[in-house]
Amino acid sequence: MKKATNTTKLGLAEMLKGGVIMDVVNAEQAKIAEDAGACAVMALERVPAQIRAEGGVARASDPAMIVSIQKAVSIPVMAKCRIGHFAEARILEALGVDFIDESEVLTVADDEFHIEKASFRVPFVCGCRDLGEALRRITEGASLLRTKGEAGTGDVVEAVKHLRKLRTQIRRVSVMEVDELVSEGKNLGAPVELLLKVKETGKLPVPNFAAGGIATPADAALCMALGAEALFVGSGIFLSDDAPKRARAIVTAATYWQDADKLAEVSTALGQPMKSVQAASLLTHERFAERGR
Amino acid sequence: MRIGILALQGAFDKHAEMARSLGHETTLVRRKDDFEGIDGLVLPGGESTVQLKLIDRFDLEWSLMRFAVAGHPILATCAGLILAARTVTQPEQRSLGFVDVRVARNAWGRQIDSFEAMSDEGHPLVFIRAPRILDVGENVDVLGRFRGEPVLIRQGNVTCATFHPELTNDPYVYRLAFRKSQAHAIAQSKNESHAPHA
Repeated sequence: MKKATNTTKLGLAEMLKGGVIMDVVNAEQAKIAEDAGACAVMALERVPAQIRAEGGVARASDPAMIVSIQKAVSIPVMAKCRIGHFAEARILEALGVDFIDESEVLTVADDEFHIEKASFRVPFVCGCRDLGEALRRITEGASLLRTKGEAGTGDVVEAVKHLRKLRTQIRRVSVMEVDELVSEGKNLGAPVELLLKVKETGKLPVPNFAAGGIATPADAALCMALGAEALFVGSGIFLSDDAPKRARAIVTAATYWQDADKLAEVSTALGQPMKSVQAASLLTHERFAERGR
Repeated sequence: MRIGILALQGAFDKHAEMARSLGHETTLVRRKDDFEGIDGLVLPGGESTVQLKLIDRFDLEWSLMRFAVAGHPILATCAGLILAARTVTQPEQRSLGFVDVRVARNAWGRQIDSFEAMSDEGHPLVFIRAPRILDVGENVDVLGRFRGEPVLIRQGNVTCATFHPELTNDPYVYRLAFRKSQAHAIAQSKNESHAPHA
């Protein structure tokens, strides 16, 4: 019996496809998320919009909160640690969380190195804005990627930018000659072996989900149409008017993203979305997506 | 054959890849219309609670029932098995009852306990937050075991695995589930003996 193999780690990422992973800050929200059809929950102290509003240092959550969420739901429970903070990650592993998110939404702990993830028994998800960043995270051992978007804004523009960029770069790589890949690897800061794999298969070696600024069912459908295989939704749900209804609607949109009639139906009378901020209005130091390259 | 893969949520991608690699055509099944023209169906792994909710929300239960009762071959893996089982525990939840087995959800533990192993018969197995079959009815054939307990079963046209054949390179489960002659024979015998009420 071999545990924590690449196959079992990637396997859980496959199981989440077509679903929605929701940020929750307590067991009650976790139950609401599960009832609405979330395929997993992300346990954290404050959702990204609150972290943005309150400032200060955002760290991994109190284990008591994570454990109470694990007890409340039967779907997978994920939790976030700071970029580079392998001690926080080891604590999350000891708690038996199902996925660790090495997340730019929390304050960066190491401004030079990410966590060496391959040696962990728990699979990792990391953020990326482009192909180079994606392949660097995979080299470190990430089993799942999410395009970063700009978390906590309710503005989907950055998520769209990152999904499109990734797709364009993958397309470029797939028509490159093998010798061109060496210099492309240098440009992207990514290992050539992985670029070769991308060229052969026409896709990333691990699943890619979308995140950051998804606030409506239409946002969800847009990200799926741009190639996201599942969605992370944070502030968009529990900071909106009617969280259970919006959560259900976004789950439906993740499955029926190609069906405009269904999207129209579930987008109807959802109440106010979260209070939003234009991503373009943020100063550089306010941008979470800039953290960790 | 044309194999439909229930694509509400879960590992439908990998199933589609495997089915195509074995020469089948595939359709991702999300709506009632998608059942038209498919010869077999995969109920993939994923989150059974989510899949069940979406089946309810989009009124697909009757289509699934009709497809099963008509005798078409169905392969149900992991969460798919949980949907197909007669009884589900841990926690208790509703299911479609295609096969007479009792199943416990997440019975091996959390993701940290997910594992790869070989079956007693020598086939590779991948278990992801996998269920366990607690007991099987008398009409259920056990086709594969791990340390003596059933992990691959069949009742009539429905083949179920607690593991993920789509994450291995071994197509034997697919071959067991989707043999053209077998599918045909089952459909015919069903038609003769007790025609479905569908």
